[in-house]
Amino acid sequence: MLCDVCKCNDATVFLTQILEGKMQKVNLCDACSKEKGVQDPTGFALADLLLGIGAAEEIEKGASSQKCPVCGFSQADFKKTGRLGCSVCYVTFAEGLNTLLKAMHKGTEHVGKMPEREHRAIELSHRKRALTENLQKAVADENYETAATLRDQIKQLESDLPNSP
Amino acid sequence: MKLSSMTATAGEWLRGEGPHHQIVISSRVRLARNLRNRPFPGWAKKAERGSILELIRPHVEDLSEMQDSFSESLQDLSALDRQVLVERHLISREHAAKGAGSAVVVNRRQTLSIMINEEDHLRMQSIRSGLQLKQAFKLVDKIDAALESKLEFAFDPRLGYLTACPTNVGTGMRASAMLHLPGLVLSELINQVIQAVSKIGLAVRGLYGEGTEAMGNLFQISNQTTLGEKEEEIINRLSKVIETIIEKEHDARQVLLQKKPNTLWDQIGRAYGVLTYAHAMASKEALNLLSIIKLGVDLGAFPEDRRLPIDELFIETQPAHLQKSSQQKLNAEERDHLRAQIIRERLKLFPKPDISKMARKSGNGSTAEAIE
Repeated sequence: MLCDVCKCNDATVFLTQILEGKMQKVNLCDACSKEKGVQDPTGFALADLLLGIGAAEEIEKGASSQKCPVCGFSQADFKKTGRLGCSVCYVTFAEGLNTLLKAMHKGTEHVGKMPEREHRAIELSHRKRALTENLQKAVADENYETAATLRDQIKQLESDLPNSP
Repeated sequence: MKLSSMTATAGEWLRGEGPHHQIVISSRVRLARNLRNRPFPGWAKKAERGSILELIRPHVEDLSEMQDSFSESLQDLSALDRQVLVERHLISREHAAKGAGSAVVVNRRQTLSIMINEEDHLRMQSIRSGLQLKQAFKLVDKIDAALESKLEFAFDPRLGYLTACPTNVGTGMRASAMLHLPGLVLSELINQVIQAVSKIGLAVRGLYGEGTEAMGNLFQISNQTTLGEKEEEIINRLSKVIETIIEKEHDARQVLLQKKPNTLWDQIGRAYGVLTYAHAMASKEALNLLSIIKLGVDLGAFPEDRRLPIDELFIETQPAHLQKSSQQKLNAEERDHLRAQIIRERLKLFPKPDISKMARKSGNGSTAEAIE
């Protein structure tokens, strides 16, 4: 069996770690295990080392020869560097990445801070949805005066909404 | 501002006296941000990196916090100057290896450093003395808000801020504290602590971050995950763990004082002796011995006003700082001699360790009384 890091030498160090209930395995040759500081398996966070390797495999499962339409990045590049090419790569390689992110992080969805314009866009779209519902109700109730006001408010909102998704 | 005038003074975080400053050297919070639809620095062609830098840099320099800042392209900094910045934790080792198309901007107080085109387009870092993760986040959060009004950041409603490495996606935040834990090391409890910490999804690293050795009993503790948790939650969780470690360190010191006072005094006496009389001292040895002297100050064996000179030596005796101060390139042997010389001179003014004061003045009073 070859070493997962250098892929040249035979692996002599076999590590299995269970981190927060997830099992991860890695095989290393003598030189790489020393380089990565794997002398004490217990104190060693396998996830760090695994990132590049596991990530590449996950992505391989998804799209084999896919390239990012924006930056031309491919899964082979990810395998080599452990980094992505651009923000659109997250969409391009979404399938493989999702599994990887799930194993890597506490959750799968961002719950923290967001850019102000993003925040505003979300708020506006929520308000628009509420207004649209009211409009439908007003029309159903044949309350046309209210409906007209609501329609104008929605139009106003739409002109405020930024074009970005 | 020039590099020389910046490095003439220690960073505020080193001089400051934040909460728990005896054990927590510094708190840092960094945010990673990228521009929308532009290739990440590691994948961008040279010309594109250059144009991204030109786009970002003026906005960074215009920040109100960055008035009279130090701002330099990496290619215009010598290898030695870059290393000086690494030793001050103002840039990462990765950033120091960058050339054209990358830059660093540091505020006058050295509490805020912004790397452009490191692994991500923007790495904004705030550094404070002692345990002040919340305050550090507050500043970097403000900077982030100011920049996002000028630059469009790559953000996905589900995945959050998009980063070059999937390990940073979400908040893009890494919060860390540098802890000085000689008590836990001397009582051989440190591995237990490290194991416990890594089990709860936090990382423990050496002096200069990822993949570096722990020297001078200094350990960096940081969050490992960035997705699925709010910034404040991550910081609260980390702060709580750090507070527990501080307690464990105090406990370990008390136990040493009670059960192995001779070992403790021997360590401090030897460190004092070697540092006062040695004529050649490697960087690692210096850090390890200085750590023991620092412990001696904490325990009252040396007067409190000797704390700063020792803290400063931690930085001044690093290889690049030594060469910078002597204004010449030195080989390892010459560095070791100069390092020993600087330390000897600093310790000339140092009184001998006074062990009689030690038991009485130590951390929390209750256990100290028990010894008497």
